[in-house]
Amino acid sequence: MFLQSSLSDKSTFFQKLRSLDYVMLITILIIGIISSFAMYSTDGGELRYHSESHIVRFVVFFTMMIFISFINIKTWHTLGYLFYIIVLGLLIWASLFGITAQGSQRWINLYFINLQPSELMKIAIIICFAKYYHRIQVAHVNRIRNIIIPILILIVPISLVISQPDLGTSILIALSGIIVLWLAGVNIKYFFYSSLVFIISAPFVISFLKPYQKLRILTFFDPDKDPLGAGYQIIQSKIAVGSGGLTGKGFLKGTQGYLEFLPEKHTDFIFTLFSEEFGFIGSILLLILYAILIFRILRIGSFSRNFFGKFFCFGFGSAIFIYITVNMSMVLGLLPIVGSPLPIMSYGGSSMLATMIGLGIVMSTKIYSRQLIS
Amino acid sequence: MIGSGEDSGFKKSNTINRRMFIFAAAKAVVFFGIVGRLFSLQINENKKYLTLSDKNRLREARLPPVRGEFVDYFGNRIAKNLTVYQLHVVPEQVEDFKTLIVRLKDILNLSDSHLQELIKKKNKQKPWETLIVSENLTWDEFSKINFYLHELSGARPVLTVGRNYPYNDTYTHVLGYVSEASVDDLVSNETIKERNVPGLRVGKTGLEKALENELIGTNGVQRFEVNAYGKRINQIDFKEGEQGKTIKLTIDTEIQKYTHELLNKRAGSISIMDIYTGEIIAMNSSPSFDPNLFLYGIEKSKWKEIKKDPLKPLLNKTVSGLYSPGSTIKPLVALSALENDVITTNLKVNCRGHKHPLELYGMKYHCWKKQGHGYMSLQNAIKQSCDTYFYEAARLLGVDRLNETAKKFGLGNNVLGEYFNEKKGVVPSTKWKKEAIGQNWYLGETLINGIGQGYIQTTPLQLCLMTAQLANGGHKIYPKIIYENNQENIETIKQKMKLAEENKLEDSSLLSATEKLFKKDEKTYDALYRNKENIKFVLDAMFRSTNEIYGTSFSSRIEDPKYQFAGKTGTAQVKRITEAERELDLKTSQIPYKERDHAWYVAFGPYKNPRYAVSILVEHGGSGSSTAAPIAKKLFKFVIDRHEYREKINKKNLATTDI
Repeated sequence: MFLQSSLSDKSTFFQKLRSLDYVMLITILIIGIISSFAMYSTDGGELRYHSESHIVRFVVFFTMMIFISFINIKTWHTLGYLFYIIVLGLLIWASLFGITAQGSQRWINLYFINLQPSELMKIAIIICFAKYYHRIQVAHVNRIRNIIIPILILIVPISLVISQPDLGTSILIALSGIIVLWLAGVNIKYFFYSSLVFIISAPFVISFLKPYQKLRILTFFDPDKDPLGAGYQIIQSKIAVGSGGLTGKGFLKGTQGYLEFLPEKHTDFIFTLFSEEFGFIGSILLLILYAILIFRILRIGSFSRNFFGKFFCFGFGSAIFIYITVNMSMVLGLLPIVGSPLPIMSYGGSSMLATMIGLGIVMSTKIYSRQLIS
Repeated sequence: MIGSGEDSGFKKSNTINRRMFIFAAAKAVVFFGIVGRLFSLQINENKKYLTLSDKNRLREARLPPVRGEFVDYFGNRIAKNLTVYQLHVVPEQVEDFKTLIVRLKDILNLSDSHLQELIKKKNKQKPWETLIVSENLTWDEFSKINFYLHELSGARPVLTVGRNYPYNDTYTHVLGYVSEASVDDLVSNETIKERNVPGLRVGKTGLEKALENELIGTNGVQRFEVNAYGKRINQIDFKEGEQGKTIKLTIDTEIQKYTHELLNKRAGSISIMDIYTGEIIAMNSSPSFDPNLFLYGIEKSKWKEIKKDPLKPLLNKTVSGLYSPGSTIKPLVALSALENDVITTNLKVNCRGHKHPLELYGMKYHCWKKQGHGYMSLQNAIKQSCDTYFYEAARLLGVDRLNETAKKFGLGNNVLGEYFNEKKGVVPSTKWKKEAIGQNWYLGETLINGIGQGYIQTTPLQLCLMTAQLANGGHKIYPKIIYENNQENIETIKQKMKLAEENKLEDSSLLSATEKLFKKDEKTYDALYRNKENIKFVLDAMFRSTNEIYGTSFSSRIEDPKYQFAGKTGTAQVKRITEAERELDLKTSQIPYKERDHAWYVAFGPYKNPRYAVSILVEHGGSGSSTAAPIAKKLFKFVIDRHEYREKINKKNLATTDI
């Protein structure tokens, strides 16, 4: 055991390089390239602000991900809580001094980038829980103390994000955390009861929501009620996807996109734009790429000898899956419109940064899969 | 520690893997759900969403239809389309609307009220909708705009099509005018409603209105893509519209212009007709106005001026003006009396002047001639227009028989069908009076009817038709103002008339004379008489009236047989003459304008081989012989000089239709 661990610890750079997951790397690269083309299309077939900065970010953060891959998984374990606390600090900072845009105070101006700490929290919560459950034995998971603490860890950032207000991200943070709780072996009845409580209290919660958030939820159930107002986004998005057909309207020929019928086509609705231009076949292809990515992440998790890596990979893989399904269901009219970006595809530095950090840690889990953490 | 760690680690690993597996299975289900949703949207409902997406992005714009033109008999354009220079502004594309509009005001000298109106209009419409700053720029203004264009971002100099009447007020009452389509136009005409675009000009009066559906043309269609804000992005398809039909009239512009000159802004009317084909050679109502004024909306003050003019320029007097025909009816009264065998040409009546007027039931009936005509034959009575003779003739004839002849020759009915807002006028009868007024007919009314006064009301064009149908030998013709391609040769027409005459002779054994004479709905060229000699007699009397000494229009005669014409004067009273006035015997110039007599003259020529009939009216012009007949003298010279040219064109037309 020691021998193995010291071996992996001291393996040469080239050995580490060889043990990178190339299938995953190539998948990420392909999705990155697709996203660049999609962004190019949102700019009306020109290399303008959005496409340029998206490509630059992808290249920078992809490189960063490779670097992170070579950081020992142990380091991430050691710094797990600290990372969580730093991001939590940033969240508080954002709530106090953040930049307000579109009625929501969620950004911190770091001069070279406007950072959205809530995006980083999606990763931080997984890292934090992975570390928390790394040590706890299965038998102790369902102790009251071990239920209360994680719930506190989860509730603090969520309430901060909701108050920004940012319903979408807070839901995603909650879901990311809950997955790890589930994986750690928290008793099913807790999930059952809490969802029961949630359903019962939902009407009260809704009454506390901002009017625009309430409207979004109501609109989801009947988008045709106000087709030019609140229902506009869902209707136009469905028209764009539906009119794409089997093979799509062709690259740069998505009329819904370039004639500006699509709202927020750079960010949340990037899949709609892609689906309009590349059709059913293109959409399935993108889904398969995401499926491969998730599968590789889960596979790496299953090979990890340490629980931290396992928890993180399973948690992060599942979180990516949730981001994707929430985003796609939203633009396809299966879920209410809540702000949630599509990983890698959507425009947005913080989301890209968080995703790449996560992927870097996954890759590090792969390279240091034999690493034991006491 | 390690062992137990390993044991619990194994258990923990198991839990994680088991739960991960459950979750992964759920993931697969959700993924398939998304695939299913994509399938249903993109494959199953593709058509529906494709339609919706096209509906989003495609807009159709109808372009204004290009109106058909009018040409005269010789192909001269008398209503045409011409290039109009306009200035458009799309407010959305303007950086600072106020600066631009102030700059434009300087360049074009726009008035303050115009500026206010523009700003009001701009605030009403969407920012990407075109604002027409100036509808009709002169070439100078247009080039000035183009010169300053670099500093007028958002301003667009545009060329469009407008209507133009090159002969200004010459054709006003024939063609009418166009102006922007009103709500009434849209409601009353389906075609206009269907092809309407903002700013569309449609016919308001005259032939422009009557032939609207043929003239209007079809819309061009421009399909273009718009973005989510309704802004045009690019044109996808363009289909040009079809120009409306070009309409050729039977009118000769030179003669039309000349009639305009002859009337010289006096209130009145002149119409000229081909007695065989029924083609109207000229048709003028005076005074007139410039129809070009209406294209962009007439100024209020100018409109008031036209509307309030006592000479009534808005009224088309030729077809809608109703007047007593006066003595011009006498040839018809004579014909009716002869045809009905109530008098013979030998009947003599003594006209004894104002001292011994005809008396009937206590009423006196004066001849116009103070000292009287003495013993008059029918021929002389027409020639010298003796009223007393015709009181007697009318008394013998009776109003109902006169009514039938008059109707036969075209009085009391529309001459040109539906084209104009024609007045039918009144040809009285006992039955008519009972129905219209509810009173019995008095014999005295028959008497004054005999000299074209009383209830009888005619339009100048009806009298022209009457004269034409006498002049062509008494045959039915249907007047036309729109040229018809299937023209008949003049010789063919004459032959047909001859045939009609013979048919009549054959038939006369079966039908009684009156039945034959007054049967309804005559065919073209049908004979309108019973005995041709009667027609010949009347025409001869009209000849004498113009060309023999003591004839009422003798002073207006032309001796050259090429131009020689025959006619009948008329002087229609507009009010009853009192005894006191009769004593005074005032000259026309001494009577207030509104009370002066209308001057009439109807004629045909050249006498040897007649071809044209004219009817001339000068409202309140005094006597027919002094005012109206001299106009005919000039007119016949002009018309007959143009005849050769017209024939030449006609032959060419006939030749081309043969091929």
